[in-house]
Amino acid sequence: MLGYVIRRVLATIPVMVIVAAFVFLMLRLSPGDPASVIAGDYATAEDIARIREQLGLNEPILVQFTKWIAGLAQGDLGTSIFTNLPVTTLIAQRIEPTIMLTLTTIIFTVLVAVPLGTIAAWKAGSWIDRAVMVFSVAGFSVPVFVLGYILIYVISIQLQWLPVQGYRSMFEHGVGPFLRHIIMPTVTLSVIFIALIARMTRASVMEVLQEDYVRTARAKGQSEMKVLLSHALRNAAVPIVTVIGIGIALLIGGVVVTESVYNIPGLGRLVLDAVLARDYPIIQGLILFFSFIYILINLVIDLSYTLFDPRIRY
Amino acid sequence: MAKKTQNQRPETVLEIKGLSVTLPEGADREFAIQDISFTVGKGEIVCVVGESGSGKSVTAHTVMGLIPRKDLTPVAGQALLNGEDLLVKSEAELRELRGERMAMIFQEPMTALNPVMKVGDQIGEMLEIHTSMSASERAARVLEVMADVNLPDPKKLFDTYPHQLSGGQRQRIMIAMALALEPGLLIADEPTTALDVTTQAQILDLIKDIQERHGTGVLFITHDFGVVAEIADHVVVMQHGLVVEQGPAAQILGKPSHPYTQMLISSVPSLVPPERPEREVRETALQVHDLDKTYDDGGFLKKGRQVKAAQGVELVIHRGETLGVVGESGSGKSTVARCIVRLIDPTGGEVMISGQNIAGLAENALRPYRRDVQIVFQDPYRSLNPRRTVGQSIVEGPMNFGLSHHEALERARELMRVVGLAPDALDRFPHQFSGGQRQRICIARALAMEPKVLIADEAVSALDVSVQAQVLQLLDDVRQRYDLAMLFITHDLRVAAQVCDRIMVMQNGVVVEQGLTSKVYANPSHSYTEALLGAAPGRNTEFAKLA
Repeated sequence: MLGYVIRRVLATIPVMVIVAAFVFLMLRLSPGDPASVIAGDYATAEDIARIREQLGLNEPILVQFTKWIAGLAQGDLGTSIFTNLPVTTLIAQRIEPTIMLTLTTIIFTVLVAVPLGTIAAWKAGSWIDRAVMVFSVAGFSVPVFVLGYILIYVISIQLQWLPVQGYRSMFEHGVGPFLRHIIMPTVTLSVIFIALIARMTRASVMEVLQEDYVRTARAKGQSEMKVLLSHALRNAAVPIVTVIGIGIALLIGGVVVTESVYNIPGLGRLVLDAVLARDYPIIQGLILFFSFIYILINLVIDLSYTLFDPRIRY
Repeated sequence: MAKKTQNQRPETVLEIKGLSVTLPEGADREFAIQDISFTVGKGEIVCVVGESGSGKSVTAHTVMGLIPRKDLTPVAGQALLNGEDLLVKSEAELRELRGERMAMIFQEPMTALNPVMKVGDQIGEMLEIHTSMSASERAARVLEVMADVNLPDPKKLFDTYPHQLSGGQRQRIMIAMALALEPGLLIADEPTTALDVTTQAQILDLIKDIQERHGTGVLFITHDFGVVAEIADHVVVMQHGLVVEQGPAAQILGKPSHPYTQMLISSVPSLVPPERPEREVRETALQVHDLDKTYDDGGFLKKGRQVKAAQGVELVIHRGETLGVVGESGSGKSTVARCIVRLIDPTGGEVMISGQNIAGLAENALRPYRRDVQIVFQDPYRSLNPRRTVGQSIVEGPMNFGLSHHEALERARELMRVVGLAPDALDRFPHQFSGGQRQRICIARALAMEPKVLIADEAVSALDVSVQAQVLQLLDDVRQRYDLAMLFITHDLRVAAQVCDRIMVMQNGVVVEQGLTSKVYANPSHSYTEALLGAAPGRNTEFAKLA
């Protein structure tokens, strides 16, 4: 197991190098002079020269790449062109809301989707099952921003139950304000993942319910509730956990939109702002950062399989 | 007559009285079981025998209340457990009875046990549901029943998962689970069908031993008359949902009165190989020399575990001859077959076909030789593509080797006649055929390639005994007709005795014995061959033969 973890961590190095190379080339291969692209339409010649200097674009490409990789190895993701702050500092400043939104979304999604899917599988063909499936299709179809604005209009503006937008840190403002501000973004972001995971749970549990050991459990005189919980669900867990893992990765895209809709100062907003400002070092740093997180989540998901299925050993 | 046997039998545990269960609409018949009656007494083993579709499993599941009631509905009769009718019980009442008063074991212990739960906990669950024992009392009782079913080192096995145990051990766990509360009735649904023959013998002994010690009434479902001969006190024969005959085991096996029973019993292949004329040694069709197959699961930065699936295998088959390969699961018999067909690549040795060693040939060079060796697999349900007509499946091979569609279709028609099916059935899909017919189609598909060597890998193992006899006859016919060399792989010593000229016994990837079938059966030279023959169920019973 430990050997496997070490091997997996070592295997992330080549992956990260490839991502780094891609990110590096992204700027250099874009048409025209990257410095003038970054500087924008109204830049003076000095501006462009300054940016070129700052990005090291005057040096041979291999030297640039070596420096870039050497910097990365020391945890230096570069410096923002417009704020002159290190990208790592910017990420550190913005990371809390994003982590919190991601966590609440995952927790809410799992709490809703897994029971929904399990009940749908258990009562396959019934009205509950059909309702879950209809919700699931609808959930896939509604864009995050549409749902976000509908919620804002109904709950915040018409009913005035919750604040329209913004973010309050749990650590500075306490749990109450934090929850009041995070509920709507969480629900908005969760719907699509609830749809996805409920569907997957249903399929997985339905398959397991056909298994012989479920019949054995019933032959023992076990109650339906226990059959579902202690026999079916645990056996259905591996595919469900896999989809939750994929869901977390997909969440990154949803976070950008949700944070914009609710004006949450997180990484999603940072991405959006950086893209609009063509602040390439930030974009590059964030791509690298998200790739790393993605690889990390995959590793955690793979390791979690051993908790659910004793047949999986690394 | 029935009255008399009834009087001699012990106190009744289970009585089935005029029970009928309907099939869902649109099935091929109205009743799954119709007006069946029999009893299981205390300390008695009653075998319900029948082929697939006879209704024997429906009977067992109806007693347990495990049938989906909306598909299979009991419409008449009673199932009385110690005088209480199970059919009128509520779901909650049935749950109380299941496990406590009646328990069930199943065919495939690997899938019948929860793969992610420790076996000790699975046995303990039975106690948790039905008793108010504390956790430590439960653990003690679990160890007790595990010892009772002769599991070695119960303390150690308590914390294992099913995949860490052997097939026999898993079935012992199932039996321990079923017996934890000492129910009066044990229902065993083909409990040894998925097990190797030596393991089967041990499990049958165990069931017999437990039934004697605890006085349990056993309802034992099987399709295998060998097993019936080993353990039955009383036999119930079913066909198409009806009980056609029942009576004491000796009477049914020795003097069956119903034609269906007679047919079933006379279809059981004998363990004594028939006299075969000495064949003249003909041209060699296939020669395998020093064949090795080693699996190594190592990979990137990881040292693998090596499994030697086949080691130093030598064999020769001449034209017109059948060589049998027998052995238990994991003996390497299928590995050898797959290496010869090159479905897997051998790690060493030679496979000589038509004067060419194909063991290490690259795919392109191998292609012309592919047609010379064809294989028929065990499960005809899964070896035909369900979305293609059988005609499409049969002509695909010959067309790959240059025949026009018209010629290939002509050949397919001819072959359908050879295997005893109507040529106009070529336009139908596999699901429109029965298991035996499908296996005939698989044979036709293999023959369409005009092979020199035909490999039958457990080709009759999934078939009912009466169908099995017909397919064996067909294989023998085509062998003669096309002068084929046949490699016949089976775990069934009875079948091997009947069809093989020579026989090869494999254990753990190694050939332990090889020789003329009659000689090997009469005088086995290796202790493993002796053990296999000694474990064959029903070896001491003379089955009635049709006049």
